[in-house]
Amino acid sequence: MKPSNVDSTAKFISRESEINLAVQKKYSRKDTGWRLFLKTIIARSYPRIVGQRREISWMVFDVIMPMLAVIAYVLVYRALNAPEEYIGFVVMGGAMTAFWMNILWSMSSQLYWEKEQGNLALYIMAPNSMMAILLGMALGGMLATAMRALAVTLLGVFLFGVTYTVSSYLQLFLVFMLAMVALYGMGMMMASAFLLFGREAWHMANLAQEPIFLASGFYFPIKSLPFWVAAGASVIPLTLGMDAMRQLVFPTGFQFGFLTVRLEILILAILSVVFIVTAKILLAHIEKLAVREGRITESRR
Amino acid sequence: MAAWLGWLIESNWTDPFLFAVYSIVKPISGAAILVIMYGIITQGNYNSALFPYIYLGNAFYIYVGAVMTGVSWAVVDDREHYKTLKYMYIAPIYIPLYLLGRGVARFITGSIAVFITIAAGLLFLNVKINFAEVDWLLFIVTLIVGVVMLALLGLLLAGITLTVARHEGFIGEATAGALYIFSGAVFPLDVLPEWSRPIGYFMPTTYWLELLRRSLVGNVAQAFPTLANFSNLEILGVLLGLSVLFGAVSIWVFRWCDARARELGLIDRTTNY
Repeated sequence: MKPSNVDSTAKFISRESEINLAVQKKYSRKDTGWRLFLKTIIARSYPRIVGQRREISWMVFDVIMPMLAVIAYVLVYRALNAPEEYIGFVVMGGAMTAFWMNILWSMSSQLYWEKEQGNLALYIMAPNSMMAILLGMALGGMLATAMRALAVTLLGVFLFGVTYTVSSYLQLFLVFMLAMVALYGMGMMMASAFLLFGREAWHMANLAQEPIFLASGFYFPIKSLPFWVAAGASVIPLTLGMDAMRQLVFPTGFQFGFLTVRLEILILAILSVVFIVTAKILLAHIEKLAVREGRITESRR
Repeated sequence: MAAWLGWLIESNWTDPFLFAVYSIVKPISGAAILVIMYGIITQGNYNSALFPYIYLGNAFYIYVGAVMTGVSWAVVDDREHYKTLKYMYIAPIYIPLYLLGRGVARFITGSIAVFITIAAGLLFLNVKINFAEVDWLLFIVTLIVGVVMLALLGLLLAGITLTVARHEGFIGEATAGALYIFSGAVFPLDVLPEWSRPIGYFMPTTYWLELLRRSLVGNVAQAFPTLANFSNLEILGVLLGLSVLFGAVSIWVFRWCDARARELGLIDRTTNY
């Protein structure tokens, strides 16, 4: 063998080894524990955020659809010569609609969709935590939906001249974050429950739209409902979240408040814990059923 | 047969009790939102002519979502969900009739929702209709013309849906949502910005809702200046004219879209969106 050939063979082997090493380093390390948990969250939230960029038209529809309802309700208030605060209430309700729709269709129904498409079995078989998958869905959904909610809010400002005067940024931030944690915790909990509904899941999600818009006061102050109805509706985190935010961003908002902002913050914090813990318990139950009976992952039962 | 198939698809996911609850709760909640909004602002003055205007407009608008969207949704359902549209196309049936038949089931469920909404309004929500003064002939003629018009509009949307891959689910909803605003379903057209009112005047649904309201509660017509200068017969004439125009356009659009979908092989395309 000529020296040049020996050199090139040695170089080739050396390069191959480097590639193998790189491949091994990159792909063969098995993360476990909290690393796997975090990576699963990021991996599941990634498509939700990136999907926005790949299908911009969805964003347009997701903004336009709630906006149509907002416009209709604003014009009803205008026809009734309602005070301007109500226009702001409707715009805020319309923006928060995006989160509720996301909870219904992209959290609660998601495991059902995954089952229909055959992904659920892979989720359960994979060595990651199902809780991390749901958290990833929640995180990605929350960030993506926040963009839509912001778009509706800005459209409300431009179309109807709604103005906001924040009385406490800290409380507003706290209310919003707690409402989101509680809401998405509720979505995680409902994801397991919806899986048990089978083909009724679609209808259940459909059913949970108008009644919730009504009970949670998306388009009017919740204080207008009888006390016990409003108290019952407070189980849905958006009810108290919106009530507190309306008190914090509109100068006369406190007149329409159902409870004090501090109390609403406390209740939202409790709801956050309750929903996330319940989600974990329900999920464990579902996983157990899936393993023991092998029925949950069946498509089109 | 298509209507029967549609009915089975609409109702067979659950037991009759849950289906009844589902059929009752949804429309009443939608109506109750408007009633509460109205009640808050007027401090419970339900005697104003605006209240039946809003309530009845909202109740009958259920037909728009049910019939129009129902016909076009059959394409999404059969192509994406059940993956049977291709079999329907090779079967010896007339596709537009099949799609319209699928819309009949939604018409039935829509009718139940409209009936329940109006009954709930009469019983619990302060809506007042004097049945002795109802113009039944006008009501029935208007209802039939409107439902046919909506079914043909649904055919138009079904045609567009055939040629669209990934946003088909939104087409019906977005159209129904836009018509809700421009038809003056829950507020008089005068509330709309001036530049957008002509859109409302061009929509047959505007005249359809106006006639339905007039046939049930006559005094509503005098309460709003929008169409106050037109008699019932004139409005019916406009409704018929616009229905024929939109119907002809719908049939032409459907035929064009249908031919294009066949040429491009879109009949059995599924996207999993």
